[in-house]
Amino acid sequence: MIVLHSDEEIASIRRAGQILSATLAKLKKYVKPGVTTKELDAIARDEILARNGYPAFKGYKGFPGNICTSLNEVVVHGIPSERKLKEGDIISIDVGVKFRDYFADAAVTLGIGSLNEEAKSLIKVTEKSLYIGIENAKVGNRVSDISCKIQEFVESKGFSVVRAFVGHGIGLKLHEEPEIPNFGKPGTGPRLEPGMVFAIEPMINAGTYEVEILEDGWTAVTKDRHLSAHFEHTILVRDDGAEILTEN
Amino acid sequence: MPKEEPITVEGKVSETLPNAMFRVELTNGHKVLAHVSGKMRMNFIRILPGDSVTLELSPYDLTRGRIIRREK
Repeated sequence: MIVLHSDEEIASIRRAGQILSATLAKLKKYVKPGVTTKELDAIARDEILARNGYPAFKGYKGFPGNICTSLNEVVVHGIPSERKLKEGDIISIDVGVKFRDYFADAAVTLGIGSLNEEAKSLIKVTEKSLYIGIENAKVGNRVSDISCKIQEFVESKGFSVVRAFVGHGIGLKLHEEPEIPNFGKPGTGPRLEPGMVFAIEPMINAGTYEVEILEDGWTAVTKDRHLSAHFEHTILVRDDGAEILTEN
Repeated sequence: MPKEEPITVEGKVSETLPNAMFRVELTNGHKVLAHVSGKMRMNFIRILPGDSVTLELSPYDLTRGRIIRREK
């Protein structure tokens, strides 16, 4: 069942989203060569707690970090470590915030220093595909209309869409129904209604869409070890279009 | 954080256990503990040792599964 959230619930999700976007804004200032992903993790934790939120990923199904830091060929679920960022890396930072009992979820991919053309283009296309997905999250559309538009755009640019992970409903739980793949045929799945809250999150690879999970049970990498990027927003479906809850 | 899609695999039921749990041997030789999906329970689909089944595994715990289909 897809939850339609009341105005009161949405107010809490919106607060969680504000804490989240402030945290991402702060992290962006620290993403530089020489910084470890563990330092980013601590900065995020402190920022979230200082704003009366709670880092939602900490302990989620046993996840050890406060945030996910996924470098280069890591698609998602990278665990913060002593690894230092260096010139030419790309890093996806995925943050979840719980405020009162409600969740928001968002991610960005950033480049460190100057990037090669492929990395630049991958980041640009992935971010654009997120906004194409959000534009199609409108009342009357079905879930897979979002999926299909993201896939069409990404593949037209020569990149591939990860199949093993999908976006999701969000609210009282981090993962609610429905599943929102970033690929598929249009016109299937539930119809969108005002009050639905979704985390839309294209995960886009430069090479094959196949992924594998490393020994730690979390880190998902591209099978061919080519680059991967990830952008995500939590959005509210409204009569007048989607509202992004994890921006400003 | 994205939601992981379950991995679908085929196997053969080797043992029925209490609490509607089953031991299933996968085609790759691994043995997993599996329960039956709610839909199959509602439709009273019986599962016996020797039946071929399709199950979903979570990528995070490959030792447990959920039986989603009994093959004829």
